[in-house]
Amino acid sequence: MDSDDDFNSQVSSEDMDLDLNDADSSVDFGANDSDVDFDDEFQDEGAFDTQDKDMKQQKKAFEVDFKVYSPEDIQAQQDKQVAEVATLLEQPHEQTAILLRFARWNKERLIEQYMDNQEEVLEKAGLGQDIARDPPRIETVDGFVCDICCEDEPGLQSFAMKCGHRFCINCYRQYLGQKIREEGEAARIKCPGDGCNKIVDSKSLDLLVTSDLTDRYHELLMRTYVDDKDNLKWCPAPECVFAVECGVKKRDLSRIVPTVHCDCKHDFCFGCTLADHQPCPCSLVKKWLKKCEDDSETANWISANTKECPKCNSTIEKNGGCNHMTCRKCRNEFCWMCMGVWSEHGTSWYNCNRFEEKSGTDARDAQAKSRQSLERYLHYYNRYANHEQSARLDRDIYFKTEKKMTLLQNQSGLSWIEVQFLENASQALQQCRQTLKWTYAFAYYLARNNQTEIFEDNQKDLEMAVENLSEMFEKPVESLAGLKVEMMDKTSYCNRRRIILLDDTAKNLKDRKSRTESESGDEGMLTMTTENWEFNVELS
Amino acid sequence: MSSNKRLMKELGEITASPPEGCTITPPTEDMFIWDVTMEGPTDSVYAGGKYHIQIVLPKEYPFKPPVLSFKTKIYHPNVSNDERGAMCLGMLKAEEWKPPNKISEVLKLVRAVLAAPQPDDAVETGIAEQFKNDRKSFDKVAKEWVGKYAK
Repeated sequence: MDSDDDFNSQVSSEDMDLDLNDADSSVDFGANDSDVDFDDEFQDEGAFDTQDKDMKQQKKAFEVDFKVYSPEDIQAQQDKQVAEVATLLEQPHEQTAILLRFARWNKERLIEQYMDNQEEVLEKAGLGQDIARDPPRIETVDGFVCDICCEDEPGLQSFAMKCGHRFCINCYRQYLGQKIREEGEAARIKCPGDGCNKIVDSKSLDLLVTSDLTDRYHELLMRTYVDDKDNLKWCPAPECVFAVECGVKKRDLSRIVPTVHCDCKHDFCFGCTLADHQPCPCSLVKKWLKKCEDDSETANWISANTKECPKCNSTIEKNGGCNHMTCRKCRNEFCWMCMGVWSEHGTSWYNCNRFEEKSGTDARDAQAKSRQSLERYLHYYNRYANHEQSARLDRDIYFKTEKKMTLLQNQSGLSWIEVQFLENASQALQQCRQTLKWTYAFAYYLARNNQTEIFEDNQKDLEMAVENLSEMFEKPVESLAGLKVEMMDKTSYCNRRRIILLDDTAKNLKDRKSRTESESGDEGMLTMTTENWEFNVELS
Repeated sequence: MSSNKRLMKELGEITASPPEGCTITPPTEDMFIWDVTMEGPTDSVYAGGKYHIQIVLPKEYPFKPPVLSFKTKIYHPNVSNDERGAMCLGMLKAEEWKPPNKISEVLKLVRAVLAAPQPDDAVETGIAEQFKNDRKSFDKVAKEWVGKYAK
């Protein structure tokens, strides 16, 4: 690891700048710009230049524009759009909100349809034709019998929307409470009247239910707003209240991995909302996770303890000492030792002197091939899983170290502020390992060609940098103070290697010109021929 | 329990004038479990059959729909062919149920579905398939089941 040191100290100061730039590199991206085409944004970017100067100024190929919104921002966004459309349609605020929710916040389409056939739109949105404007109110009506609870006592308070379906306020409340609390409904709660499709508007709701329910109701309305918009997603971190806006479309996902950074510090993919998985595209991540779920627990065991029937490829575990195997599925009889057909063995099986027999060699070849594909998978899986585990261990060590450092503060002569380099190092390790982990899933699907070498070099460089830094965490706490400069250098070197890898990969991915999915393999495997990257599977 | 008044009223109405082809045994211990005997509609394959249907009212009733189960086996695309004998159609679905809906309406609906199965909204897709494509075989099995289970 010492060989890197010279380089480290040269680049370290510039890296620090780089890191700072990264922090605020996300460009503002207003709510109404959501239709900005992703392609346009990237096309005019110049060719990749490895010089530091250029890298600092340009947005990296693996970065996307995004914006984080608080619940208040989102409310304001909704209000603004409702106000705009309300003026246009000459409808009251409440009705407009219902119309917009009905149209899943597609303003243009709503306005167009509304202008086309106002009555139909109102009807479909559950507003009927009534545009009366008096506010909803609770009343007592003589001779009223609630059709839900059958109460008829005089002075019973009741409520009805414009549709005229009147129920006592207790039943109305209970109905709304159940819809909101248990069914998670908000934007599409209908009047309780039999067969009535009128939507309960939020003014009526506010009038009827208690404040805890109104809060939940408005929260749900907000949820549906974000859920309805393609360019908005909730941060998936537990307890996080932020939403992120990003213009990357679904169809772009084979060419870009849109990692966004929420204000709660959680990094996630805007495409699939899983934790950051750069550089691996969403579709590969999905395939990989599925594969791991299916395979990895048993794959090792299978590899170690079983062989496949040379005829039907059923996986077979040897359950007795005898080498004369009969496949339970296809009744093929073969020798466990040489995998050859049993009948060729005569009676002298245990020498396996028929080693060069053709059927035996063929069978072993076929077997080797299928084992090889398993071995290949395990190669990548083990490295993938290892980085995942190491990231956890790195973090544990960091927490322990941090604790000790606090204890030893006087002794080591470092103040709390000065200990921050440890946190930075730990964060870098976490992030780099996350990236490394996914490079292995990515590599698994990558078909070998000249371009893969560059990728593997980048992977190797990052991995070495990470291991070097990781190793320093294991040094005695007392000596860490003296290693501060070296550690900072290694940290920035890691970050730098990560950026290079991601940038390079993202560029290659983006520039892929798929010459269509023409060459289908034998087992329906699709080989995408591209200018530089080739994958064993289809990227979707 | 707020639903008591409603329950009593419904029970009174339904025992006084039960829907066509239905006999309601008034609940004795548990007010929330109703037993109904329904005759197969005369012009259907279920004619002559007598079906024991149990209606379980959730404690949130009438804000949640009643749960219906055929205790007598029936060969029908909309009734699950298991010990639950569940039917989940139209107003019986949570999202379509409205609190003013009554049990008598539910029973009317069930009877209508017996007379005219709704294969596009089936629980038993196999039976639905047969109902659509091979009506003759469907009728045959359904009638057989009437004789076997519903007499």
